[in-house]
Amino acid sequence: MKARLASLGAGPIAAVLALALFLAIPFLEVSVPGLFQSALNRPGTLQLLALCLTFAGVALSYNLLFGYTGLLSFGHALYFAAGVYLPCVAMTRWHWSLTAALALTAAGGLLLPLLLGAISLRVGGIAFAMVTLAFAQAGSILIYKNPSGLTGGEEGLGLDVSRLPESLVGIVNTANLYWIALLYLVIVLAACWWAVGSRPGRVLQAIRENERRVEVMGLRPYSFKLFAFTLSGFLATVGGFVYLLLIGGATPAVTTANFSLSLLLMVVLGGAGTLWGPILGGVLYEYLDFRLLKLSASGAVDSLPAVLRVPLSEPLFILGVLFICLVYFFPGGIAGFVGRLWSRHRRSAT
Amino acid sequence: MSTFVLLLVTGLGLSALYFLIASGLSLTYGLMRILNFAHGTFLTVGAYSSWWIAIRLPLPETLKFVVAVAGCMAVGAVVAAAVEIVLIRPLYRRQVEQILVTVGLALAFTALVQGVFGPDPKQFPAPGWTQGVTILLGANLPNSRLVAIAAAVAVFGVLASFLRFTRWGLIVRAGVENRAMVTALGIDVQRAFTLVFAIGGIAAALGGALGAIYFGNIDPERGTATLIFAFITIVIGGLGSFTGSALAAIGVGLLQQFANYYASVFLGFSAAGDLAVVLLLAAVLLLRPQGLLGRSV
Repeated sequence: MKARLASLGAGPIAAVLALALFLAIPFLEVSVPGLFQSALNRPGTLQLLALCLTFAGVALSYNLLFGYTGLLSFGHALYFAAGVYLPCVAMTRWHWSLTAALALTAAGGLLLPLLLGAISLRVGGIAFAMVTLAFAQAGSILIYKNPSGLTGGEEGLGLDVSRLPESLVGIVNTANLYWIALLYLVIVLAACWWAVGSRPGRVLQAIRENERRVEVMGLRPYSFKLFAFTLSGFLATVGGFVYLLLIGGATPAVTTANFSLSLLLMVVLGGAGTLWGPILGGVLYEYLDFRLLKLSASGAVDSLPAVLRVPLSEPLFILGVLFICLVYFFPGGIAGFVGRLWSRHRRSAT
Repeated sequence: MSTFVLLLVTGLGLSALYFLIASGLSLTYGLMRILNFAHGTFLTVGAYSSWWIAIRLPLPETLKFVVAVAGCMAVGAVVAAAVEIVLIRPLYRRQVEQILVTVGLALAFTALVQGVFGPDPKQFPAPGWTQGVTILLGANLPNSRLVAIAAAVAVFGVLASFLRFTRWGLIVRAGVENRAMVTALGIDVQRAFTLVFAIGGIAAALGGALGAIYFGNIDPERGTATLIFAFITIVIGGLGSFTGSALAAIGVGLLQQFANYYASVFLGFSAAGDLAVVLLLAAVLLLRPQGLLGRSV
């Protein structure tokens, strides 16, 4: 453990400094013109930052599957949505207490990926991608169809905030929610750091590189993959719960295939198979998504000629083009780009 | 009895649409090992180009429909071949990157269609007789379903004989079996890739035009929505197996239609068809992970 810590070099120091800075943000009466519309400690900015941190955590959980184990799942939205809808339905419709709803969410967040992972991992590669997509689609259809009026269908479902402690409700307490989101990211980061460096984590990366060889060495890749699938699904479910607290309700958009794809984009954007890449990708994606929506709603693009206006007012068009450009021009994402710059710099220095 | 016949025919009509998409997907997967997420956009291309042609032509309605279908199949072939040459070919053998690019294309294209033509469904100028019914065994069978079934059977026949009797078909079949061997024999598999993509584009575009008379309208999201069921179909049929995808399409379409009808009649629950299909997929994966006619993975 000590050797592992030492081998990290400046990494942990930078991480601790960054953590201290992020912990302190709700106390900083600083405005960052251009980036945020109000000072850092204002509820609006804190809410946006908290969303960014939450998606950084969810992207990191997806990276455990895609980046480290090499499993391309198109159904990660399902587990995130479980974390949004299970507690929301339990508290709002069934009037459960927060503790009971949390217990239900934790159980669902473990059992759902365990069960569906056990079935989908019977096939590999591309078939796995399609099967995870099919399961997530079934979940999405179920939520959209609104069985017995439980999920609210297309309208979504507002959270009954009287079930929550007062310190988590209202604009004045946004700082608390922000800290919860930060805590979530730290937990996911710690879990991933442990999972990647530990012995099972090494096996996962070996599976990504050459599954047949792992089998020949006498290990069962299936159990390790199921472990990664379940851990990753559970962490996404926790992220869904944090998102529910932040938004104060459930919307069916988080159940769709497009949501899974946006998680994939966050990971690819930041750099798959690294720890800080997906964090950066998640923060950047959520921030841009928020600002682009604001931009297209503000009417700033209305004055452009139709050739530019039509595509720019469709966020999914930008998302899709970004995907294609990343693959062709930035393989390895931001992390890969920085890595190449760094090695070039070192080569020219020596 | 008449309800049963009606469900049988409407279910098979749905199977026909799934088959038209799944056949191309299955062939491209078999030959090139790529999962083409943009395949649903070929259906959208077919639907919108046939609509675009049909509303402009001053012809009698049946002739107009025939011309529109022929036109949209040509557009589908060109678009699919262009996608293969421009976007897929440079990423040869990089499976994950190919998937990411087709995902990006699917997202961007759907959004673009939505931006240009609007997000709402558009009325399709279908010939009057396709919206009528044929009475058979006491059931009023919608003609649009019968047309879809006839077209799918024809496509199956044409593609099966193409694969069986022509030189290019032989190359495709051999490529599915062992691509390295075919390349080693000095045959340009690259051109077979483009050909298979174009064939897939034609079939999917035809599916788009037939879907337009099946549903009576066209919709930017339908390509993606149908694509998911086509994925389920080819996994159940066995990846890369052409006959398997046809059999699975029949099973999936019928199951969906019957489950939808009986669950909403007896249980008052409307999403049963889609869920039943996913359950079928889970059952097939548990019992036979390689699919109906697939080879073991």
